[in-house]
Amino acid sequence: MKAFTYERAKDPVAAARAVAGRPGAKFIAGGTNLLDLMKIEVEVPTHLVDVQDLPFDKIEQTPEGGLRIGALVTNTDLATDERVRRDYAVLSRSIVAGASGQLRNKASTAGNLLQRTRCPYFYDTNMACNKRKPGSGCAAIGGFSRQLGVIGVSKSCIATFPGDMAVALRLLDAVVETIDAKGKTRAIPIAEFHMLWGDHPEREFALAPGELITAVTLPQPLGGKHYYEKVRDRASYAFALVSVAAVIQPDRTGRVAFGGVAPKPWRVEAAEALLPQGAVAVTAKAFAGATPTKDNAFKLPLATRALASVIAQAKA
Amino acid sequence: MKFDTPAQTNPIDKMAVVGRPVDRIDGPLKTTGTATYAYEHREAINPAYGWVIGSAIAKGTLRWLNLNEVKAAPGVIAVVTAQDAGPLGKAGRNTAKLLGGPEVDHYHQAIGVVVAETLEQARAAAALARVEYVRAGGQFDLVQALATASVVDDSGKPSAPEIVGTFDTAFAAAPVKLDAEYTTPDHSHAMMEPFASIAVWNNDELTVWTSNQMIDWGRGDLAKTLNMPKEKIRFLSPYIGGGFGGKLWLRVDAVLAALGAKAAGRAVKVTLPRPFMTNNSTHRPATRQRIRIGASLDGTITAIGHESGSGDLPGGGPETATAQTRLLYAGANRLTALRLAVLDLPEGNAMRAPGEAPGMMALEIAMDEMAEKLGMDPVAFRIKNDTQVDPAKPERRFSQRQLVRCLTEGAERFGWSRRNPKPGQARDGRWLTGMGVAAAFRNHLNGTSAARVHLDASGMVTVETDMTDIGTGSYTIIAQTAAETMGVPVEAVSVKLGSSDFPVSVGSGGQWGAASSTAGVYAACVKLREAIAQKLGFDPASALFEGGFVRSGNRSARLGEAAAQGRLTGEDKIEYGELGKTWQLSTFGAHFVEVGVDAYTGVTRIRRMLAVCAAGRIINPKSARSQVIGAMTMGVGSALMEELVVDKRFGFFVNHDLASYEVPVHADIPHQEVIFLDEADDKANPMKAKGVGELGLCGVGAAVANAIYNATGVRIRDYPLTPDKYLDKLPPLV
Ligand SMILES: Cc1cc2nc3c(=O)[nH]c(=O)nc-3n(C[C@H](O)[C@H](O)[C@H](O)COP(=O)(O)OP(=O)(O)OC[C@H]3O[C@@H](n4cnc5c(N)ncnc54)[C@H](O)[C@@H]3O)c2cc1C
Ligand code: SF4
Repeated sequence: MKAFTYERAKDPVAAARAVAGRPGAKFIAGGTNLLDLMKIEVEVPTHLVDVQDLPFDKIEQTPEGGLRIGALVTNTDLATDERVRRDYAVLSRSIVAGASGQLRNKASTAGNLLQRTRCPYFYDTNMACNKRKPGSGCAAIGGFSRQLGVIGVSKSCIATFPGDMAVALRLLDAVVETIDAKGKTRAIPIAEFHMLWGDHPEREFALAPGELITAVTLPQPLGGKHYYEKVRDRASYAFALVSVAAVIQPDRTGRVAFGGVAPKPWRVEAAEALLPQGAVAVTAKAFAGATPTKDNAFKLPLATRALASVIAQAKA
Repeated sequence: MKFDTPAQTNPIDKMAVVGRPVDRIDGPLKTTGTATYAYEHREAINPAYGWVIGSAIAKGTLRWLNLNEVKAAPGVIAVVTAQDAGPLGKAGRNTAKLLGGPEVDHYHQAIGVVVAETLEQARAAAALARVEYVRAGGQFDLVQALATASVVDDSGKPSAPEIVGTFDTAFAAAPVKLDAEYTTPDHSHAMMEPFASIAVWNNDELTVWTSNQMIDWGRGDLAKTLNMPKEKIRFLSPYIGGGFGGKLWLRVDAVLAALGAKAAGRAVKVTLPRPFMTNNSTHRPATRQRIRIGASLDGTITAIGHESGSGDLPGGGPETATAQTRLLYAGANRLTALRLAVLDLPEGNAMRAPGEAPGMMALEIAMDEMAEKLGMDPVAFRIKNDTQVDPAKPERRFSQRQLVRCLTEGAERFGWSRRNPKPGQARDGRWLTGMGVAAAFRNHLNGTSAARVHLDASGMVTVETDMTDIGTGSYTIIAQTAAETMGVPVEAVSVKLGSSDFPVSVGSGGQWGAASSTAGVYAACVKLREAIAQKLGFDPASALFEGGFVRSGNRSARLGEAAAQGRLTGEDKIEYGELGKTWQLSTFGAHFVEVGVDAYTGVTRIRRMLAVCAAGRIINPKSARSQVIGAMTMGVGSALMEELVVDKRFGFFVNHDLASYEVPVHADIPHQEVIFLDEADDKANPMKAKGVGELGLCGVGAAVANAIYNATGVRIRDYPLTPDKYLDKLPPLV
């Protein structure tokens, strides 16, 4: 870990200014991802701006009939909120499928969206990694890639966005709200928030330097039956090999998004339109053009089978 | 005390304290966080902190480019590399050097330590180090390396296959036969407490607080490494947060703490961060095993062959995965062989039940496959081939062998009769369900073990031995043994362990610790009883030690009276004669597992597990049960998820942290039951006890694999059994 300085921000614009005005500065919320990465010098911020005192810890009704979730609402509070459990069960389920109780108590909504990849070579600073060190190469290509991406990846990086909550947020068409150092606010549709990085795997999130997340809003509830099916090697406390977030309506239409397969939560609207035809039709379209490795080719049939399981549950 | 004839009736047989489920006497210290682990000792005043630098390549040479810059970094007191350390010795128990450079033998081999005022400063300074490497080609591919590997014995010396009868012709002639290959991957000990040591020098005397299973080995090997007399080292390890064999050896933390402390001129603490542990230390080597079994139509095994190949650094040893196959089942014609390849991966070495753990993972799938070929129930097939003698030397009997009872009682208790022998038939909603069985087998090992026992005027008994407690319950069973022998309650016994100031015990490993360390304490207590009787003028042979009193005829005295003029001490060791050669000492069991396999995703979840163990006298059923359920959990890990993945290009284990090397969590282990058969093995030792801590692991993986087969009809012979290996063979989607 590199020595760093630390301050606690008193208001949002000051926080944004503190980061924007200083190269090497970073926000810190729960710290559950950032601190781990700092200890092994994958992240080397020189200054931390702690946002935990900012007034972003509430979940409120929006005039449009949705919910506005403060950026600092903990994963535990969000997953257990009565309105979320009732109207957005897929979100609640995706959160409790992730990490552990202790981590969820600490992890924030914004931090969760911004968690970094779990590619093992990204974690080992002896290895080449374009994401960690642009231009250094990618040790994962040709190496151990069982966990890594099958679609939307590039010749520079085949990692995934590893999180669960974001997959449900993508399904729900959430919007990420931000504020910058000048006090300017912005609403970023979740579909555009996680980026397909192409030749710039270091560019993962559609945020400008110092842009602070203030909230995530959910549109009106969708109704239907909600599922978050997470396939992993052990029963808990593991990242997804493949996950499926789905809302299925009584007429068998619905929405579906996949996690653990791509640099971003993977939702193809044209594919989910085929839900009434079954899982094979949906995944054939959703994963058209996939470029899996030998290690992770199984994720394609696994995604189909996981979706089939969800469809079967919805029928029952 | 020499143990060379079967044990007679002795004070332990009373079983007033021994054999009872006594709570851990060190439990309150552990649950309140007041048991001091290696990194926490406060006796070392004003310690500095060492941060270990590891090699970034697997094989080659290195050159330091900016050591002066590292030395000048804030807070840095000293930097020690192979250049500054002077010539170091290497103990025979270490395969690779503990401080590498300029030659590098494996990835993350320690190449230096930075000592600074704070941990953060040491870590930051270490990160400044620039090292130029010249890579040399290495062999990292076990399959390739085995192609030219030759046969070795258990210790790694050139040898020939071990053959009984005429294996080849008998196998060829068998009407029913199996010839299959099984693989197990490299495993990591993944114990909770990382390697850690604090070292402090006082002139030429060195004190090391550390986390080590074998005090006397560690002390001697540290002396050898530092080229100093063993007597000048105090080696202390009172509490250990798990080891699983990873802490049998002297490791980097102790050596670099000692070198760092010497260079810094003050106490130095060194611990290894988790991501550094896997490639820096030892692991259980991967195996490729070929098993051939031939049987007659009635299920009698006529030929059994087991060959296993593994790899290690030059000078290392094989994973002895064929060990159990010499002894577990009958069969007139037999072949076992080990092959050892040279690999440039980190050092392979013992992990819980070395040999039998991966060997049983293969053998017990093969037995399941054979039973199916014969159309026999797998329990019945195993019973049919039970043997009460060493199959290679029929004149040698097992001292005690209740495998058949373990299998039959287990089958009864588990509801084995409800298993559908036809695979892929049972279903519970989306889950395909199945049951599997495997035998459990692990040899029992005895070893010399000494102890010293004091009695004071208050009647308090104090035991001192360098035995370690690696979470197993040594403190408690030693207290029980002393309490039983001296006729006092457990509360009147104080136990001091894990210090080189105390007599040398057998240590913790190979499931030998419990039986021999308590036998050593028993021997010392017998000496103390003699001293007490003599002091009180009682006849030692007839004196009874009960309820804190000594009685002889109609005379009686409070125990403490004997020590009224000063404490009395008994010291002795247990030593073993030829009984372990005349008799085969082994432990037995049966594992039963029920699984559900998700028909959609292929994910396997354990539903329930049962182990029935026959392992001599159980000194404490509570701590023994803890050992067995922990071992069963480890067995589930090896079956379903544990694998150190080798990057064959760069020569290292890629998943070297606990996020990527998965071990079971609570949600994976819903229900476990353990039954101990009532046994006392008079050929084993005066305690009539044997080991159980490793028995509980042997066979579990195969029982899980067999249950998956029963559930799905898919036979997987490559561990771990993750869904990607059989997804395409699951029932098609409707
Ligand atoms: C062992 C382990 C297991 C895990 N398992 C899972 C899992 O199964 N599924 C899963 O989804 N996740 C999992 N996680 C990840 C976990 O969800 C994240 O660590 C957590 O959500 C991050 O939230 P945080 O508040 O602690 O973020 P921090 O670590 O504080 O920050 C993360 C990033 O977000 C930035 N940031 C924080 N707040 C803001 C803001 N308001 N505006 C702009 N930038 C901001 C920080 O600068 C930093 O770059 C696991 C984590 C661990 C350690
Ligand atoms: S896949 Fe991406 S994160 Fe992983 S090593 Fe390659 S560039 Fe780095």
